[in-house]
Amino acid sequence: MAGSILGNRVLRKEDPKFLTTGGVYVDDLRDEPLLVGAVHATFVRSTVAHANITSIDVSEALTMPGVVAIYTAQDLGLQPVEASFNPMAKRTLLASGKVRYVGEPLAIVLTELANQGEDAAERVIVDYDALEILIDVEQAMTSSTLIYEEVGSNVVFESTAIGMPDNTGDALFADCEVVVKGRFVNQRVAPCPLEVRGAAAAWDNGRLVQWLSTQHAQGARDAILKVNALEAGQVRVITPDVGGGFGAKIDAYPEDLLLGRIAKQVGKPVRWTETRSESMVALGHGRGQIQYITIGGTRTGKVTAYQLHALQDSGAWVDIGAILAPYMTRPMASGVYDIPVIEVRTTSVATNTTPMVAYRGAGRPEATAAIERAMDLFALKLGKDPAEVRRINLIPKFLEPFTTSIGQTYDVGDFEGALDKVLEASNYAQLRKDQAARRASGNTKQLGIGISVYVEITAGNSKGEFGKVEILPNGRAIVYTGTSPHGQGHVTAWSMLASDETGIAMDMIDVVWGDTDLVPTGGGTMGSRSLQQGGAAVHQASKELVEQARKHAARLLEANEDDVVFDKFTAAFHVAGTPAVAKTWADISSALATDGGLVQESNFVSNGATFPFGAHVSVVEVDTETGKVTLIRHVACDDAGRVINPLILDGQIHGGIGQGAAQALLEEVRYDTDGNPITSNFADYAFISAAELPSFEVIHMETPTPRNPLGAKGIGESGTIGSTPAVQSAVIDALTHLGVRHIDMPATPERVWSAIQSAN
Amino acid sequence: MIPAAFDYKRASSAAEAISLVGQYGDEAKFLAGGHSLIPLMKLRLAQPAMLIDIGRIKDLSYIKDGGDFIAIGALTRHMDVEKSALVLKEVPLLAHAAGYVGDAQVRHRGTIGGSLAHADSASDLPATTLALGATYVVQGPKGERLMAAADFYKGFLESALQPDEMLTEIRVPKMNGAKWGFEKFNRRAQDWAIVGVAAWRSKDASGVALVNMGSTPILATSVSAALKSGASVADAAQLASNEAEPQDDLNASSEYRVHLAKVLVRRALEKASA
Repeated sequence: MAGSILGNRVLRKEDPKFLTTGGVYVDDLRDEPLLVGAVHATFVRSTVAHANITSIDVSEALTMPGVVAIYTAQDLGLQPVEASFNPMAKRTLLASGKVRYVGEPLAIVLTELANQGEDAAERVIVDYDALEILIDVEQAMTSSTLIYEEVGSNVVFESTAIGMPDNTGDALFADCEVVVKGRFVNQRVAPCPLEVRGAAAAWDNGRLVQWLSTQHAQGARDAILKVNALEAGQVRVITPDVGGGFGAKIDAYPEDLLLGRIAKQVGKPVRWTETRSESMVALGHGRGQIQYITIGGTRTGKVTAYQLHALQDSGAWVDIGAILAPYMTRPMASGVYDIPVIEVRTTSVATNTTPMVAYRGAGRPEATAAIERAMDLFALKLGKDPAEVRRINLIPKFLEPFTTSIGQTYDVGDFEGALDKVLEASNYAQLRKDQAARRASGNTKQLGIGISVYVEITAGNSKGEFGKVEILPNGRAIVYTGTSPHGQGHVTAWSMLASDETGIAMDMIDVVWGDTDLVPTGGGTMGSRSLQQGGAAVHQASKELVEQARKHAARLLEANEDDVVFDKFTAAFHVAGTPAVAKTWADISSALATDGGLVQESNFVSNGATFPFGAHVSVVEVDTETGKVTLIRHVACDDAGRVINPLILDGQIHGGIGQGAAQALLEEVRYDTDGNPITSNFADYAFISAAELPSFEVIHMETPTPRNPLGAKGIGESGTIGSTPAVQSAVIDALTHLGVRHIDMPATPERVWSAIQSAN
Repeated sequence: MIPAAFDYKRASSAAEAISLVGQYGDEAKFLAGGHSLIPLMKLRLAQPAMLIDIGRIKDLSYIKDGGDFIAIGALTRHMDVEKSALVLKEVPLLAHAAGYVGDAQVRHRGTIGGSLAHADSASDLPATTLALGATYVVQGPKGERLMAAADFYKGFLESALQPDEMLTEIRVPKMNGAKWGFEKFNRRAQDWAIVGVAAWRSKDASGVALVNMGSTPILATSVSAALKSGASVADAAQLASNEAEPQDDLNASSEYRVHLAKVLVRRALEKASA
């Protein structure tokens, strides 16, 4: 794209604000007129994991300083609502009858000041009748204690029940020369956005206005409408700056949904911001699969059959987390490999834990981790190099759609190309020599090299995305988007896309999102969809806007439309050959000021999902005396199709690798045997920091997709998907000569040390 | 995450602080840098009714040469201990350990006296001063008393300080060129140690103390005794946990802690013997 701004490392327009005065988050809305006199909501939460509620006594709490009101499910007459993905599972938005996890909201305390809420909430006395606590998925599957009695089982979603074929067991591997089995735990992790959840609600002339920290304002608006039985148009959701979501802020939570109702009841606006300790138990969690795999093939290294049974921890609700296994893990199960026979069954199980939601990668990291670990075990059994065994099995480069044996069609791919790049950049052959030397010397710091090759699915939803570009009479452009940034850099990227078509300077373009009055339709930001759907909509609207403006310019220039050309460099329209007489964007917009202005709306519908892919090589040092792992190198090649802004791309890759490495090495949500969370602050939950990470080595590769005019695929989750298995495999690879075959994540020092002890 | 209600008074001298704490007794807590106490209050694990802020008592922030020892005012920030030329020269083990407390922000606010008086066995400085044979100066309504670090730690977050007493100075014997090693084993840079070791060794003596190997910092006297009677570093390190009572927690089992203590004591002593 010669002469185009696209593809350049354009500095982010957002950053001066974020780095100086800071963002304006929900809790910062101190000057909002509609929120004057707001009371503060504090949620009383269950302190036990599974119990029948025998009574909730608010009498003492009502006498505490500043208390305005306290509401329970009974006070509000809350009716049971069905889980989206299993209508038999029903709950009230505030727990009634029973509680199902520590952290479940039970009552709302409204106080004049925020700090009064916590004191008052402590005085709400809840009596419980304890039930058997089910934290472990496999225990929950077999227990006669049911978390949702009406479901009749703790299995809340089963792939075979929706017509997906069952696994056939060991018979599938009858013809294989080599068969390896494994059980892998893809542990539960916490998304940990730096901004916790928050919302504020006010009624304005019969309309509910709700500010919300969300990834999807339009979805939240619809959910709030439904809960409050309001009609279309009666709810406006406004998204201020959002400090991260990672998938956990896609859907509105019970706390969000109740706020408007409470504001009406009490006749005052209501604010709510959770604490970090609350967020760690009440914001959804991610991952949480136990994976049983069998892989089989020939002695020469060709994999001929692969079978996966994924037990998905659904947590105490049947939220989106429960269905990612059948719909996201299953179709991506064979990853980048051409495996003739694949079988996948998924079983989602309710437990007495925080509900599971979508978390960065959402089902695909789990698929990748399983097949990549399986491939390593297969290679190890054969005594072959894991890179070579992968190469034997990779789907060859394809630029026309390729359908895997489980029935998923990929757009384009060059998996071997990506693998070659990382092997070369990491100097893989030399790394293996270094490893051999350390092994020979008996060094206590052993070297491990992990490889992962992955493909993932992004933007599978084809309902389309909204984009609109409006030109003001002063020549400034406003871009409206149905996507919703919470750290990604949409303002910069969307400005680049609009600027590239209209010639309008970057600093003359503003971007609007997340206000449902200004952007009534939109799919939000999730699943790495923004650029390829929202960006494509902005691109399309901008292109159409130029065409529309050309017609207006012809009229103003009193020229034949076909003779009018658009000069992107001067951002003006003129008759071919006479550039001195030109109409600028401001001219055209001014001329249309009383005629609806100069606006172009667009709905972009892609031709289907895209499949970003890549390869990672990770190098670790493992202290064999203590089990401590140090990540010393990480080389990543992530192909997201055409790159609009390499700076933003690198940022996504860096963050993704950090978060993925954190799952491999550090992070795990844990409960004690009574179902009490024991990792509910950042001292106990091992959120990764820069000090634990090396400088990343990022290699660019661009295989454009034909599925949108930008040629772009998603990059938001790739880093996470590719890095986790590479880091995990590196740890194990450092110790295979000692007999270690597998170590579950996170590879904590004690776990690694124990693996060495038991291998000896 | 919001502390329970409390009252607040600021003291401008040690005497005023002691007088104030005498008025409020058990209900009161001294607030210095706040980096141990405030997190506990936010989690409501500590709910003092009165905070006596001693953070602005200027004359308790100093590092002086006391002849045989270095005298450090209780309100001296970790960063000042870490960077002090005097500490680096005379007690380099302490300067080094101070550089491992929390992260840079914590080290700019937290104080040595606050850390020691908090008596957290998982903190780096109680064990380090214990290994170095420090003496703590304690001031109470009736005057001053001196207490050996070895007599100071009584239990989990429990010291020998009376409610109306205040730690005012830490006297750390000069190391006189003794070599030393410090091992902090943790998962993330800013975390508390899973196990830590502070050790020094001279021609005829040594000091080895363990972080997070019991409810108090542990002086590994068996290791020093073995070294004195001629044991090798490797053999002496096998005795690392003789005095310890390690607990199971989120990050490690007691069995693993015992193993780590042996490895880390050996490594620290190898550095101290190099």
